[in-house]
Amino acid sequence: MTDQTSHENVVHGAKIPRTDMPCQPAAERVKNFREVTLGYTPDMARAEASRCLQCKKPLCRTGCPVEVRIPEFIDRILQDDLAEAYRILRSTNSLPAVCGRVCPQEKQCEGSCILGRKGEPVAIGRLERYVADAALAGACESLAPESADCARPRPDLKVACLGSGPSSLTCAGYLAGQGIKVTVFEGLHEPGGVLVYGIPAFRLPKDVVRRELDKLRALDVDIRTNWVGGRTVTIDSLFAEGYQAVFVGVGAGLPQFLNVPGENIIGVFSANEYLTRANLGRAYEFPAYDTPTYPGRRVTVFGAGNVAMDAARTAARLGAESVHIVYRRGRAEMPARREEIEHALEEGVQLIELAAPLRFVAGDNKRLAGVELQRMELGEPDASGRRSPRPLPGDTFMQETDLAIVALGTRPNPLLLEATPRLALNKKGYIMVDEATGETSIPNVFAGGDIVTGSATVILAMGAGRRAAREIARRLLGEG
Amino acid sequence: MPTKILHKENLIPGRTSKLVLDAPHIASTAKPGHFVMLRINERGERFPLTIADTDAERGTITIVYLVMGKSTTLLEELGVGDDISDVCGPLGRATHIEPVGKSHKVICVGGGTGVAAMHHIAKGHHKAGNYVIACIGARNKDLLLFHDELAAFCDEVLVSTDDGSFGMQGIVTDPLRDRLEKDKEIAEVVAVGPVPMMQAVAQLTADFGIRTTVSLNSLMVDGMGMCGACRVTVGGETRFTCVDGPEFDGHQVDFAELRSRLSAFNAQEKLSLDDYKEHRCRCRDQGEQTPA
Repeated sequence: MTDQTSHENVVHGAKIPRTDMPCQPAAERVKNFREVTLGYTPDMARAEASRCLQCKKPLCRTGCPVEVRIPEFIDRILQDDLAEAYRILRSTNSLPAVCGRVCPQEKQCEGSCILGRKGEPVAIGRLERYVADAALAGACESLAPESADCARPRPDLKVACLGSGPSSLTCAGYLAGQGIKVTVFEGLHEPGGVLVYGIPAFRLPKDVVRRELDKLRALDVDIRTNWVGGRTVTIDSLFAEGYQAVFVGVGAGLPQFLNVPGENIIGVFSANEYLTRANLGRAYEFPAYDTPTYPGRRVTVFGAGNVAMDAARTAARLGAESVHIVYRRGRAEMPARREEIEHALEEGVQLIELAAPLRFVAGDNKRLAGVELQRMELGEPDASGRRSPRPLPGDTFMQETDLAIVALGTRPNPLLLEATPRLALNKKGYIMVDEATGETSIPNVFAGGDIVTGSATVILAMGAGRRAAREIARRLLGEG
Repeated sequence: MPTKILHKENLIPGRTSKLVLDAPHIASTAKPGHFVMLRINERGERFPLTIADTDAERGTITIVYLVMGKSTTLLEELGVGDDISDVCGPLGRATHIEPVGKSHKVICVGGGTGVAAMHHIAKGHHKAGNYVIACIGARNKDLLLFHDELAAFCDEVLVSTDDGSFGMQGIVTDPLRDRLEKDKEIAEVVAVGPVPMMQAVAQLTADFGIRTTVSLNSLMVDGMGMCGACRVTVGGETRFTCVDGPEFDGHQVDFAELRSRLSAFNAQEKLSLDDYKEHRCRCRDQGEQTPA
C-alpha cells in the first residue's frame, strides 16, 4: 500500500451512500426564517462517520484552509467521544458550528476527499456541524473545560482586532488560546460581521453565532461594539494605547452597483442593505422590531453568488409572489454553493440565465416598475477560465419588477484605509499583505479576509486570520 | 456598550430636544460635520444624527433631534440618567474648514434642527479664524434654535421669522439674498436644514456664483459605507452620503432624487409609529387593570 488507502477501501467506502441531512420541506420553510437544514442525529452522524477511510495522509485536511484534523475528529465520533472531537475541531477552527454550515465544502475539504473520486465524499461539513452543535448544546462542557486550551495567560501582551467577522474572530480565538489578551473592535452594534448582517438565520441561526462568540469571551476576549475602525479607533491610537500588534479584518465594504440608468429609483437595493435590514435589523419581525424592509411583489436579484441566493431566499420569505435571479452567464457558471442554488430553486426562486440589466424604469408612483434586460450568449473563456458573456445585439426584453436587489460584490471600504494613508494597497485598492504572514506594509499590522482579497468566503477569511495569528503569536511569544 | 444621557434640554416642547451624552471616545475625535448612528434599544433601528457639539475635556457630545417617527419618539421619552443602547461614531467626513482669516466671510445657513449641526460647523469656522455670519430662520421667535449660542461667537447673526416676530420677516433665504446682493466679500455658504431649504439656498447662491456646501440627510442603515441606502447623485455620479459626505457641493446635488429617496419608507414609518402608540396605550390600560 503506497498511497494513503487501498483501492478496495475506496471502492467500499464510496459504495455506502452518503447520509442525507433532514431538512424543513420547501413549502413550509419558505414561510419562516428558521434553519432550513436540521442537522444529523447521533445515528446519522455515526453512519456517516463510518464512511471515512481514515487516510494516513488526509487530502481532506489539505483542502481545508484552517487545516482541521478531519480524520481524527471523525474517528472520535465513532468512539462516541464528542468532547475530544470538539477539542480537535477547536484546536484549529474557532467557529466550527459556523463552518459546518456555510463553507463551500465541495470546493474545500469534501472536494479533496478521496471517496469523491468513485462516489460521494464524506459529509465532513455536516459532521463538523454535528460535533459543534452537540458541544454548544452543552454535551461536553463537563468533559473539556475551555480553559484547558489556554496555555498560560500573558496579560502583558495585547493585540487588537479591527472588525469582528470571521477573520478577526479566528485571529482572536487563536491568540486568546495562547494566553494573549485580545480586544476586538466592531463598528456595528452586534459582533459577527457577515455572520450576523449578511448570512440569513435560515442558513446560520443567530444563536449559533452568539454561542460561538460566548466561547470566545470565555477565553477572555474583549468584544467592543460601536467602535469603528478608522474613526473611533485608528491603528495609531491602538499602538499608542499599548497594543503590540493589530489585525485588520474590516471586511470588503462598499457594495458595487450596476451603473445602469435608473439605479437610484426607489425599490433598487444593494444586497447588503436588503440583508442588513432583514438580518441585523430583524426587519422580518417589523413592526415588533423597528427596522422596516421594503415590500416586493415581483423581486429581481442580480448576481449568482451566495449573497444573491441569500437575498432571493429572504425575499421569498418576506412574501414576494415571484423571485427571479438574473445572471449573465448560465447555471453551470454560477459561483454560489451548489446546496444554496438547489435550496433556492426548491423554494420557487426562478433563474433567468444569460441576461444582463440595461436600465431600471419607474412607474407612475416614481417607484421601480421594471428592468430592461439584454440577452447574452457565452463566448470564449476569459482570464478566469469561464466563458465570457456577450450581448446579442437587439435582443432585449422588459421584466416587470417592483424590488430589485443588486448582489455584485463589493469594493474596498475607505474608512480605515483613508485614516491610515501609509497602509500600502494593491491595484484594486485592497490592503497588500505578505502572503506568508499576512503582515501589511506597517510593521506588526496584519490584515486578512475580504479587505485583502475582496469578497470571498468565510473559510478563506478564517484561514487568513489564523495565518496572521500564528505569526503574531510567534513574534510576541518569541517562539518558532 | 450603552451611552448615558447626562443632560437634556427641551428646546421646543414636544418637538425638539437637545441631549448631552457621555461618549468620551467619540468626543475626543469628532469634528464639525461628523455624525453618529444611534439605536435606542434592543429592538431599535439604526438612524443618523449630526453631532451638534463636543466637549473633549468632559468627554461629551451633543445631539439635537426633531420628534418625527418612532425612534425619535423613543428618544424623547428618555431622560437624564437613561441609557441609549448604541451610539456609534464619529462618522462621515468632517467639514472642510480652511483657516483663511477674517477676510474669508462664511455664511452658515440653518433651518429646523439643521441649525444644531450648522452651529457646530460655524463654530469650526470661528475657531479657524474665519469671519462667520450665521443665518437662521423659523416660523416665529419661540421656535428659533441656537440663536443665543450663535450670537455668542459669530461675527453676525441674521434672523428671519415667517411672522416677523424677530429679525427680518420672511424665510431664511430672504436675509441671505439681501446679504449676497450687498456684500461682495462672501467667499462661501454652508447650508444645513430641510431639503427644500438647502435646495433653495443652492439655487440662490448659484446665481451669485458662490461656493456652497450642503449637509445631506439621506436615509441610512449602517452609516459606514456597507449598504448604499444613503446614495445620492452628485455631479452625475452616485456617491454614498455616509462615507463620501454628508457634505457635498450644493450646486451638484440632485435634490429631486434625494427628496424622492427620503420618502422610500414613509408607509412603514407611519405604521411603526402608529403601532407603537397603539401598543403603548394598550400597555398602559393593562397596567391600570392590574395594579402592582
